[in-house]
Amino acid sequence: MELLSSSIEIIARWDVLLALLIGAIGGVIVGGMPGVGAAVAIAIVLPATFSLEPIVGLTLLLGIYGSSMFGGAIPAILVNTPGTPVNALTTYDGYPMTKRGEARRALSLAYSASFFGALFSIFALMLLAPVLAKIAPMFGAREIFLAALLGILLVIVTHRGQVLAAAMLACVGIFLQTIGIESAAYTQRYTFGMGWLQSGVDLIVVVLGLFAISQALILFMDKDSKIKLPEVEKVGFIAQMKDLWVYRRIATVGSSFGVFCGMIPGVGEFMSQFMSYSYAQRTSKTPELFGKGNPEGIVASEAANNSVPAAAMIPLLALGIPGEELTAMMLAVFYVHNVIPGPQLFSGQMDFVLALYLCLLLLNIIVVVFLFFATGKLMKAMTIPNRFLGMMVLTFSLIGVYSLRNSLTDVAIASGFGVFGFMLKRLDYPTSPIILGIVLGKLMEDKLRTAMARVQDPWDFIDRPIAFILFLMIVVALVVQARTVWRDRKAAKADTQNSREAQDA
Amino acid sequence: MSTYAQDEPHVFPEGRKRGELLFSFLLLFTALALLAALPWQTTWLDGKDLAAQPRFWPALSLGGVVVFAVLHAVLRGKLDRTPGRWLEGLTWIRSLEFIGWYMLYVAAIPVIGYLLATVTFCTFLALRVGYRGKTLLWAALFGLCVVLFFKSAMNVKIPGGAIYELAPDSLRYILLRYF
Repeated sequence: MELLSSSIEIIARWDVLLALLIGAIGGVIVGGMPGVGAAVAIAIVLPATFSLEPIVGLTLLLGIYGSSMFGGAIPAILVNTPGTPVNALTTYDGYPMTKRGEARRALSLAYSASFFGALFSIFALMLLAPVLAKIAPMFGAREIFLAALLGILLVIVTHRGQVLAAAMLACVGIFLQTIGIESAAYTQRYTFGMGWLQSGVDLIVVVLGLFAISQALILFMDKDSKIKLPEVEKVGFIAQMKDLWVYRRIATVGSSFGVFCGMIPGVGEFMSQFMSYSYAQRTSKTPELFGKGNPEGIVASEAANNSVPAAAMIPLLALGIPGEELTAMMLAVFYVHNVIPGPQLFSGQMDFVLALYLCLLLLNIIVVVFLFFATGKLMKAMTIPNRFLGMMVLTFSLIGVYSLRNSLTDVAIASGFGVFGFMLKRLDYPTSPIILGIVLGKLMEDKLRTAMARVQDPWDFIDRPIAFILFLMIVVALVVQARTVWRDRKAAKADTQNSREAQDA
Repeated sequence: MSTYAQDEPHVFPEGRKRGELLFSFLLLFTALALLAALPWQTTWLDGKDLAAQPRFWPALSLGGVVVFAVLHAVLRGKLDRTPGRWLEGLTWIRSLEFIGWYMLYVAAIPVIGYLLATVTFCTFLALRVGYRGKTLLWAALFGLCVVLFFKSAMNVKIPGGAIYELAPDSLRYILLRYF
């Protein structure tokens, strides 16, 4: 009880509540604009949060992170274009429902499932928090190294169909963090005698380039299309929320998948959605309607993706390991304020951690109430033409990159990464492995150096329970990936043989 | 060929997009060039463990880029290609035009000030991407709002323009502080 009142005290301030409101509503709006998304918005806002207190800055970023997926469901359902990449599965059943004239029902289900998923995840983690506080101090250098390695590995293998591209890009990220003067022996690495490279490549500059500038370039090269907005009828708030009760089993299981996947670094929304959607389809009485406007599909997808943000804060706060690019950006806020997330924060400042969860709780209430009443107005955000949106994103990105140090060099580096990100996006390659490579690469280098100083033989590295469990998880991830590759190749061979036989016949 | 089951939900791309091999080779050659520079761009410290060597992580990561880029190129090369590799390369180069305008915008800020540079940049960019008439006014208005919100209200750290020095004393402070 004392802990709770201390947490409430942390957030009961006008600046925290204002940040929450701006983050929540801003997140919904950017989520509702296909082509912008939370990553772009957080990249732009990030440098501005450095002048704010950690709780205020983090609340703002959490607001955008937690609410963008709510907004992203609107274009996914109404115009078959996901507002954020994680709303892609929502289009499968949301848009067919809109075509059947059930747009309002689809939106209501998406909002209520998202709300349920978020609350489920927050409460689950509040209950788990004391246990996590006990486990977190058991993580030493070798455990953190292994957890970071597991995170990198999982972010690679979960990019199904793009595993090698993701691995290549994760290595690019790890290399980028090595540039500059290293912190152990103070030798220079890949500075080519240039002063501006000595301090290394700034994460914020890379993030702004890869997410914001690249997105502006994508939008410039895109064509403007006229969007015809469907009619969305008005229904009462309670009536809309009631519909979810019918699908409570799917919402609960989907949210559980979200919590589970969110807690494991590198897994996140995509995997939880696939697991949830597959489960819903497998157990449905009408599996043939999935992809043709089955409400269960919307509930499965939205409950799973919205339960991830709260869970994703766990590895970040407890171990200092971000699970995906958005939490990696948030890590920058901690570092700027010299607050190092990790076991000490989780065990010593539990009120701060709980305060963040309370913020997430409030955020979801604000968002769901806002959405039920403002969807009609929000739909207009979808009608902003692509190239005009590109101009807006490019103008905003300057504030992020130039206000850091007023450095033209920073802008040039960000622009370089902007072009690189543009190439990646055109090729449908993921950008998150680069960011995680930068953040986790640094962590791995530091922790491996520290751990190896105390290790006599290789077995010593995994002779503690948590280290051994993490090692086993790494082995399992590798074995599962090898099995997937083998099965895919076998299926491909069978496909080829079948088509040959068909041709011969 | 990719082998996703038809009834399985998936959003990841199948087949080979144009420019994929070009990208892999570009990355591969860059990594090889950086690897070649490894001996004089990193240091080997005598008497230190491998994990404590400043050379270890650059070598490991660049080695990883090379290995995965080769594997990626080989495996993607087996898929049906979408023609237009060089056209895609040209699109990448075309994006540099916007980067050029962006750099010019940033370089102009310390000279003509944030307000004038932003309004001009927004209007010009809208014109350049094909908008005419009322949309140009919207673009200028957007530029103005950005300046009013970020510089005037939020006091974001962006330098004042040299041009402001020409203004009378009473106006100069307002221009430097708010625009």
